[in-house]
Amino acid sequence: MLDYVYPKFKVLRDREECVECGVCERSCANGVHAMNDESGRLAADHSKCVNCQRCVVMCPTHALAITKWPQVDGGSRNWTLGYMQDIAKQAQTGGVLLSSMGNPEPYPIYWDHLLLNASQVTNPSIDPLREPMETRVLLGSRPNILKVNERKKSLVEQMPPQLKLDVPLMFSAMSFGSISLNAQKALAMAAKELGTYFNTGEGGLHRDLEPYKDRAIVQVASGRFGVDPHYLNAGAAIEIKIGQGAKPGIGGHLPGEKINEEVSRTRMIPQGTDAISPAPHHDIYSIEGLRQLIFSLKEATRYTKPVSVKIAAVHNSPAIASGMARAGADIIVIDGFRGGTGAAPKRIRDNVGIPIELALASVDQRLRDEGIRSTVSIVAAGSMRSSADVVRAVALGADAAYIASAALISFGCHQCGDCSSGKCNWGIATQRPDLTKRLNPEIAAERVTNMVRAWNHEIKEMMGGMGINAIDSLRGNRLMLRGVGLNEKELEILGVKHAGE
Amino acid sequence: MVVRKPREGDVRIPSGCAIAGIIDRSGQRHDGQDILKSIALMHDRGNGLGGGFAAYGIYPEYRDLYAFHIMYEGVEARAETERYLDQFFMSEKQERIPTEPVAAIKNPPDIWRYFVAPHPMRLNMSGLDESEYTMQHVFHINGQIEGAFVASSGKNMGAFKGVGYPEDIGEFYRIQDYDAWAWTAHGRFPTNTPGWWGGAHPFTLLNWSVVHNGEISSYDANRRYVEQFGYDCRLQTDTEVIAYLFDLLVRRHGFTQETAAHIMAASSWEDIDKLPADVREYETALRAAYSSALVNGPFSVILGSDDGLLALNDRLKLRALMVGEKGPMVYLASEQAAIEVVCPDAENVRSIEGGVPFVVQLDEVARQRLSESSENSPFERPFAHETGVMPKGRKEACQHA
Repeated sequence: MLDYVYPKFKVLRDREECVECGVCERSCANGVHAMNDESGRLAADHSKCVNCQRCVVMCPTHALAITKWPQVDGGSRNWTLGYMQDIAKQAQTGGVLLSSMGNPEPYPIYWDHLLLNASQVTNPSIDPLREPMETRVLLGSRPNILKVNERKKSLVEQMPPQLKLDVPLMFSAMSFGSISLNAQKALAMAAKELGTYFNTGEGGLHRDLEPYKDRAIVQVASGRFGVDPHYLNAGAAIEIKIGQGAKPGIGGHLPGEKINEEVSRTRMIPQGTDAISPAPHHDIYSIEGLRQLIFSLKEATRYTKPVSVKIAAVHNSPAIASGMARAGADIIVIDGFRGGTGAAPKRIRDNVGIPIELALASVDQRLRDEGIRSTVSIVAAGSMRSSADVVRAVALGADAAYIASAALISFGCHQCGDCSSGKCNWGIATQRPDLTKRLNPEIAAERVTNMVRAWNHEIKEMMGGMGINAIDSLRGNRLMLRGVGLNEKELEILGVKHAGE
Repeated sequence: MVVRKPREGDVRIPSGCAIAGIIDRSGQRHDGQDILKSIALMHDRGNGLGGGFAAYGIYPEYRDLYAFHIMYEGVEARAETERYLDQFFMSEKQERIPTEPVAAIKNPPDIWRYFVAPHPMRLNMSGLDESEYTMQHVFHINGQIEGAFVASSGKNMGAFKGVGYPEDIGEFYRIQDYDAWAWTAHGRFPTNTPGWWGGAHPFTLLNWSVVHNGEISSYDANRRYVEQFGYDCRLQTDTEVIAYLFDLLVRRHGFTQETAAHIMAASSWEDIDKLPADVREYETALRAAYSSALVNGPFSVILGSDDGLLALNDRLKLRALMVGEKGPMVYLASEQAAIEVVCPDAENVRSIEGGVPFVVQLDEVARQRLSESSENSPFERPFAHETGVMPKGRKEACQHA
């Protein structure tokens, strides 16, 4: 059959600058660059390029750049080249289209329509270099009313277990298998250094990460990979994964080729077999099933660890979140549709779920309407691109944010979206030893630590500008936000006024 | 209908202010001349757009009845309010509050006071305790009856406030004719002109009164926290939300005022980390459970109650507040001169420390507190959505069982 699929990208090589050193050839696991035997010069097979930009960064003479394939479509807004190429692929293979990372489609990004406030005259802004500025966050459930002995300064009733974060963000779940051990190790080291937590994802806890287990949130997903009493008790908290923003309503599929000896041992499944996470948890068919799982996990850990429940942001998230709080979840995680993934069917990624901004705002408001917001913590996930997005999320009502794509970008990820191929040239989303060794965990940890520290400084600056010196006072403080270019319904759901009001 | 100018509650109005407080710990009562002199000295801290006083112990002959001070814009509002009061309360006495014409005070409302007790049958049927019942009806009058505003609703206390400089307001209300064991005063500098009498301070609820200087940056976090528990932040002012926080933490959660103030201006994590383990656990739990009650941004507050006065400054001490003592008398003011003008030989004059509540209790109250349990005994009541038949006005709440 004639293949109708065009290359997506075109490699531009500046012949004047190129010294034919061959670094690009060695950099590319996709086999784009090769020495042409006839001409004796380096040439590119454009169709193999995924635009990961490893060669562009590695090229010592800056001779390379990647551009979009210049082919135009027929000019129809309806039948774009993208849709036609997808049909071409499916006509060829009969398969479900696979993709990676978060929803890339041009849906509204509400972060970009929310502006932050600053103090002028009536209220002094605070300089974080001179005054204490608190970004510590505790996550867990709380009693509505605390019972204490005020004279003895002691608690009459114990507080439920809490996670202590020195920065208002954590690293979101990425399993060993979907990412390399080096990548996970870097996140673990950074979490320890920063006083926050990383999340094992559903792939179990590799034995090399045991030294960082007190900074780990161990995930229990529908496949139950790597789950045993040791695992549950190893981490600082347990997270039940119901859904993921990038692929609400479906499970996961890690192909057998990626299940090498280490992944097999950590996931506790045979080598070379596909690791399939079912779409639902087969012991949770409703909210009462969730309650039972939450409490079996609490029993298994003697009520010493907070249990978090993660759902994808979907249409009725507020009601679900309220049910989760009542089912005993200590932390509610909501993952928006721009959150990343190692692999998801393209149609699901691009069409299912809702933006985190709207889901977060409505969940926070619903819990307040029911008078239970203060008894539970909310973590927002699903694409925080900068410290300003974290500030916005907290002001909308989140206790803390989860970041993952941003952390991987600090490692070198260029969001090419080809994670599912297992040929990640940056050594992140791959298990090939020749590729994973490209990611030095110490250096990667330093990069992501730098990034989070920078974000935390920026968060302090923004809080100081608002005249706030503790992040507690930013949480749910929606007067600090103003919408631009939003309609009344959007403003109502976000609970913010329009700029100028 | 006449288009009215925006009022407190329609828009959020930041303002600067002068505050003052005087208390006699022995419980002896003094007339309003000193507080008037003290607040008048700080004339320049206000701009004539709001002034007021709260006085404790002024109605000993009606000490068991709620004294409602109500402002009316017209006869209709009064008729409607009185019909409402007749339904839910039993009135022992009602009268116009005596006032004095003052040149600077223009267009004052019609101001009445009522000494009332909750209607026993209705109180019983409501399932609420007396103060909760009274609070709900005050909220109703302020929110639902056009042109009526309850300026104060406590027992044996009252608020006298309006649009004008505090010294003119004091003269207008003839506050020198009242004897109180504690006085607080407020001169306001709002950044625009609501020109509305109900919006002047002190803000009061039941026996609480709050005078406040500053603009809190945590306002919306605090508002959305207390609104969970049925407090209706209609006026959109810092003072209002601070009063509700005290009411929630003290009356409903059973904390002492001092602990409530400590929750609102909590110790820094840096300080908490240095504490011995058990106290650290206590402080950490308070911050975790009440993180949304933390008040941020510059403020100085004087809280009045049956216990006495409590003064609190923000953690960074971004607003001035001074204290001085003389015998049983304690004086508080935004400026030291405002203390010395009424008590030139005040002792121990100092500034209130940032984030540390300064508590002055009546001697009698202080003695009584010592014998009480130091564990908080919360008063819990079911939420409306748990007892109501239909969720209030939220359609989507019906859709998911």
